[in-house]
Amino acid sequence: MYRCAIYDEPLLNELECCIPQEKKKPVAELPTTLQRTTPLHIPNLEEIQVVRHFLRLSQMNYGIDTGMYPLGSCTMKYNPKICEDISRWESFAAVHPNQDESTVQGSLQIMYELEQMLCEITGMNTFTLQPAAGAQGEFTGLLLTRAYHHFNGQNHRTDVILPDTAHGTNPASATMAGYTVTEIPSTQEGTVDLSVLEKTLSEKTACFMLTNPNTLGIFESDICEIQKLVHNAGSLLYYDGANMNAIMGKARPGDMGFDIVHINLHKTFSTPHGGGGPGAGPVGVTKKLERFLPVPRVIHSKNNYALDYNYMDSIGKIKGFYGNFSVLLKAYIYILMMGQDGLTEASEIAVLNANYMKKKLVDSKKYDLPYKEHRTHEFVLSCERLHQEKGIRALDVAKRLLDYGLHPPTIYFPMIVKEALMIEPTESESKTSLDNYIDALLKIADEDVQTVLNAPTNTKVRRLDEALAVKNPTFTWKMKQNTFTTEEKQTCCESAGRHH
Amino acid sequence: MKFIPNTTIKQTMLNEIGFHTIDELFTDIPKKIRAKPLNLPKGLTQQQTEQKLRILAKKNQSYYDLPNFLGGGTKPHYVPAAVNSIISRSEFYTAYTPYQPEASQGFLQAMFEYQSIIAELTGMDIANASLYDGVTALGEAALMCTRINKRKTFLIPENISWEKKSVLKNYTLGAGLIIKEIPYDKKTGKLNIDILKKTIDEDTTGVYLENPNFFGIFEDDVQTIHALIQQKGSLFVVGIDPFSLGIIKNPGEYGADIILGEGRSLGTNLEFGGPGLGLFACKTEYLRQLPGRIIGLTKDTEGKQAFCMTLQTREQHIRRARATSNICTNEGLIALAALVHLSWLGSNGLEELSRINFQRGQSLAKEITSIKGFKTVFSGNFFNEFVIRYKGDTNTLHKKALQKGVQIGLSITKWFPALNQCLLFGVTELHTDEQIQHLLTVLREVA
Ligand SMILES: Cc1ncc(COP(=O)(O)O)c(C=O)c1O
Repeated sequence: MYRCAIYDEPLLNELECCIPQEKKKPVAELPTTLQRTTPLHIPNLEEIQVVRHFLRLSQMNYGIDTGMYPLGSCTMKYNPKICEDISRWESFAAVHPNQDESTVQGSLQIMYELEQMLCEITGMNTFTLQPAAGAQGEFTGLLLTRAYHHFNGQNHRTDVILPDTAHGTNPASATMAGYTVTEIPSTQEGTVDLSVLEKTLSEKTACFMLTNPNTLGIFESDICEIQKLVHNAGSLLYYDGANMNAIMGKARPGDMGFDIVHINLHKTFSTPHGGGGPGAGPVGVTKKLERFLPVPRVIHSKNNYALDYNYMDSIGKIKGFYGNFSVLLKAYIYILMMGQDGLTEASEIAVLNANYMKKKLVDSKKYDLPYKEHRTHEFVLSCERLHQEKGIRALDVAKRLLDYGLHPPTIYFPMIVKEALMIEPTESESKTSLDNYIDALLKIADEDVQTVLNAPTNTKVRRLDEALAVKNPTFTWKMKQNTFTTEEKQTCCESAGRHH
Repeated sequence: MKFIPNTTIKQTMLNEIGFHTIDELFTDIPKKIRAKPLNLPKGLTQQQTEQKLRILAKKNQSYYDLPNFLGGGTKPHYVPAAVNSIISRSEFYTAYTPYQPEASQGFLQAMFEYQSIIAELTGMDIANASLYDGVTALGEAALMCTRINKRKTFLIPENISWEKKSVLKNYTLGAGLIIKEIPYDKKTGKLNIDILKKTIDEDTTGVYLENPNFFGIFEDDVQTIHALIQQKGSLFVVGIDPFSLGIIKNPGEYGADIILGEGRSLGTNLEFGGPGLGLFACKTEYLRQLPGRIIGLTKDTEGKQAFCMTLQTREQHIRRARATSNICTNEGLIALAALVHLSWLGSNGLEELSRINFQRGQSLAKEITSIKGFKTVFSGNFFNEFVIRYKGDTNTLHKKALQKGVQIGLSITKWFPALNQCLLFGVTELHTDEQIQHLLTVLREVA
């Protein structure tokens, strides 16, 4: 069983500084008002100290290469090593975004071809690769929505509708783009309620945002009807593509009638999450929205690739340069290796793996599956029964999984499931590893309550006092020193009996 | 190899859960929208893929084939080998955002250290755990200002990159901010303080200053600018180049409220412009309005030091439509690279690097302007970028230099028509003496 290394690794500034800080005279040629006069406090360390410090930190961190990581909605699949290798080649990594276009034809060709591949996979007309992540893809999509309605004299469309299963970035992006958000409740089946949707749609609706399959892992089978309702109301239909791993080669958002699509290359297309980023959130649109896409766009004519800025109605830019190129490159390599056959198979096995786990866990009667039975690449269990009977919550199950050396699923999302465990195994896991995970979940349900409530005990730290982090806000090593001294001072005062 | 272990036993697994075919798993997809087989080629082997990529790689010229002297904020810098060694640890790079802190103490501690070092570098109290890039950081800063003081006009220098202007417009559209540009002084290239004085008023939510600015010039009247901003009760937002902070005052010392910058070149290669690293720091009093993730120090149930994501009630997954930002995935690994690079440098190394960059800038400008036909445009002091006016056609110059294997400065005329025939040059510690001599020879020959 995996167990992480445990070091009492000091903070970087607490390591022994072998190298004295040099005292240097200010740079005389600089304007005096700007000369640095106070010393900078970054520890001066030997390379071996730096390397050991970070190596130890890495050993206290769990990645997919460590073990199964079935975070629902995050698609933690294996990240092929060859993608990392190639992305470090100088010809790709040491290239300046403002170099003459004739000297970056390789990179431009990769971007162009990746756009074409994404168009084919999603059924959209045109893609932009600029957005840095899924949330920025959403934001871009909503800016496109604004531009589209403005272009058509429909500035009164001020509202965005989304189901209560939507990811938090959806409403947050809509607000940032200046929209008012309405969340609509899902049906007993966990899907979009057509009658509520119909009532909510109006001449003020700019866009309806949907994830399909949705965050419960349920395919919205009424998508054709939804599409009709939304378009009849003059609204656009937005596809949050975080769950694309369920349907590659099986269904395409473009064929479902979506107008705007974002996909997370760092989910479906296997680029690593980097402990929180970087990602990439390309956005695809139908023909009618193409003119509004961000600039520059990669164009291709006769063996030559170029960046084209000449689009009068473009929304302009949403981040620096052309997108997270090294991430785009890794996704491109992945798609080349998988091909038409591999991508389809990935979705098939991702769905099979999820259904396999779901069946075994639900049949055990220890966990429940609220809403509709049929699931795609992920499923959301409820620990409500354990909670009622034994006082064990989803959080406790998650923490106990850590003791089994496994990374827990996403918990407490989507919000409409009580005590939610959102499990997405992906196609990367073998049957043995699925069985092992199932076993752990079943064992935990039968374990002595105290053992579960006490978990984790097999990790670098035990459960954290997250309230203390809020109460005693400490975000830097300087603040740590201050907190420490005030605490110390306080103790002194208290012992002297002088309370204020 | 498709990275799908269960391919060969799928039938057994299907049978075990009561299905006969894979298709039965997809019956929820209505027939009329079921996809035809994707029109993509069949998959390649790793070896074939690598061969294909080698051909594509040949169509690029890296910095080492084609040294470039482009200014405009993005420049090549040296990345020590230790950085790649650390960020290649797959416990780091294959991890997700640390939602389960007990299993992610390594990354969390590193991000805490990153925040500490960025706060130290900028002279601010706190820093977040990164934004997408320096460009979007400006958009987030403007939104943060208006959340803090509810005012609606944001002032920016006329001479910032066009990308920043465009992104800022898009980020502030929803909040209804008015963006006003303050021109630069035509002689010095610095912010025109008289016009700032006339423009700033009680509706000014924040003022953005870049230091060094887009022309590479140091804004040294920072006290005057700060006083003006303070008088009107607006917020002072400063854009920095981390490589300059070894020798110049950190903006905290001259009154900045929010500091942002592009941090990619700390530990990450040029990468054709992305990913970036949005550096973002501020005073503690604005904490509740901070966008993005922040890592805090706490204790576990046994009183042991531990780290976790904190103040999450600001964020989209809890606050949803009322979050301080929509950002979720950020630039974690790039932030880690910056941290490793800065720890490798230490104060001594960073100061030295700042000096070298400064001196390189001064001497290259001197050398270029000693060639007939090249003149500096502004009188202000500059760091490692500077604007040069060429007597002839810059496009022809660029084409000819390219043929001789060097990429000259960035043409900025299309964004600043008054700066016709002007090029923005940039130089760093990475440029070798040979590369610099080569540039000078080419300029001499061509001009
Ligand atoms: C359903 C869904 N939508 C949107 C996002 C946001 O994507 P990102 O984190 O890349 O910004 C996520 C992932 O976190 C998600 O699961």
